[in-house]
Amino acid sequence: MDPVATTTLLQGESTARRTSVFMKFLMAVTGALFVLFVLMHMYGNLKILWGTEAFDEYAEHLRTLLTPILPYSGFLWLFRAVLVLALLVHAYAAFTLWSRANGARPQRYAVKSAAKGAVRSKMMRWGGVALLAFIAFHLIQFTIVKVNFNGNFSAAQLHGSTGELVIASFQLWWVTLIYIIAMGALAMHLFHGVWSAAQTLGWTNSAGSRRLAYATAHVVAAVVALGFLVPPLAIFFRLVK
Amino acid sequence: MNLTLNIWRQDGPETAGRMVTYQLADVSGDMSFLEMLDVLNESLVAKGDEPIAFDSDCREGICGMCGLMISGKAHGPVRTTTCQLHMREFRDGDTISIEPWRAEAFPVIKDLVVDRSSFDRIIQSGGFISANTGSAPEAHSVPVEKRKADRAFEAAACIGCGACVAACPNASAMLFMGAKVTHLGELPQGQPERYARVVKMVAQHDHEGFGGCTNTGACADACPKEIPLDVINTLNRDLLGALRQGR
Repeated sequence: MDPVATTTLLQGESTARRTSVFMKFLMAVTGALFVLFVLMHMYGNLKILWGTEAFDEYAEHLRTLLTPILPYSGFLWLFRAVLVLALLVHAYAAFTLWSRANGARPQRYAVKSAAKGAVRSKMMRWGGVALLAFIAFHLIQFTIVKVNFNGNFSAAQLHGSTGELVIASFQLWWVTLIYIIAMGALAMHLFHGVWSAAQTLGWTNSAGSRRLAYATAHVVAAVVALGFLVPPLAIFFRLVK
Repeated sequence: MNLTLNIWRQDGPETAGRMVTYQLADVSGDMSFLEMLDVLNESLVAKGDEPIAFDSDCREGICGMCGLMISGKAHGPVRTTTCQLHMREFRDGDTISIEPWRAEAFPVIKDLVVDRSSFDRIIQSGGFISANTGSAPEAHSVPVEKRKADRAFEAAACIGCGACVAACPNASAMLFMGAKVTHLGELPQGQPERYARVVKMVAQHDHEGFGGCTNTGACADACPKEIPLDVINTLNRDLLGALRQGR
């Protein structure tokens, strides 16, 4: 897989699993899983528009899903394990392909017209890194540590409710701003990602299916980004308290 | 018209290159881009300088030999081959930068000439049909569906110039390979080796040091033969088929 300039024909048996295209399949399949996840996550977030009880109840339901077949929180942890594994595969494939691409053009052009391609590739890669940083921040803020940045809310007022923590957090302009920027990055990542996954999985064999893939990518990106931004903005403008 | 040309000069594969500026006066709009370079070379030879090395052959836009990065666009501002680009596309006083294709798998031999034998090795690894087809057979003895014949023909228009690699932000040759895989894979004669072919070709592609595809479409936009992006989709689909067959 390492890029090397060669003048030789590849010796030995080659397998599909060791090609760069297989890396793209891994990215496409794990990416598709993330698309389903963010849609579900977005749906759950919208519950806060009906109050913190509705939101906390939804969170509790995630923990009692498939009980008593599974233990309490069993489904949630299985789901998290799958997501973490998918994230590792997605990031590993991304960094491998990124380093291949860098090696494929060691000498850059002195003049290169701003092709749409270069911009999109950069957005996917650096945008992906930005999203990774955002996910770490987001998990620390709402899941792992549960940090309250808002001094106007005491620990007693929050009484361990994630819904109340969400309300407290998004009353702060800078927290809201971080999420607006992150959702912008997510929208762009999803737009190119959904289209790209469709192409990689072999679903865009005609002009019609290509248009459909583009349209789906636009819709998914817009729905997810806007859907995620409704709760923070509603809280920031005190429409939800 | 009078032009300022910034051209990549490099003495050999191992030496470092640099951009050199030349002034060229009285360029006719009816000249092709390569004829313009011929005129520049004549003036360089007259002065006792080394002429600029560049590739060309048919100068009819059908052989795939020529190819230059012209002001940051593969084959220049018009969707055609460099030899079919005419100077009327430029204006008096323009500054034009001329560089070779840039890719690890296309090493510079001299000035604007790159070694594209990596494409040959990709074809050699599996981009062919082994069956001996003998002398020209009766065209209708093997029926080919019209839609498939059209698509194979469209993909077969690829002349292997390398503009797709040059334009790709990842220096990937997926459009070139996709064209070959689609061309052979749509036809009945290409079926027996279809899945072995795609694996061998992609493995050789990776071995040559080309980058991966990020589906940006920069290749299809640059292709002088208008090979559509969906040939890469066909390549991906065939590789999935190969995976399912356990290859």
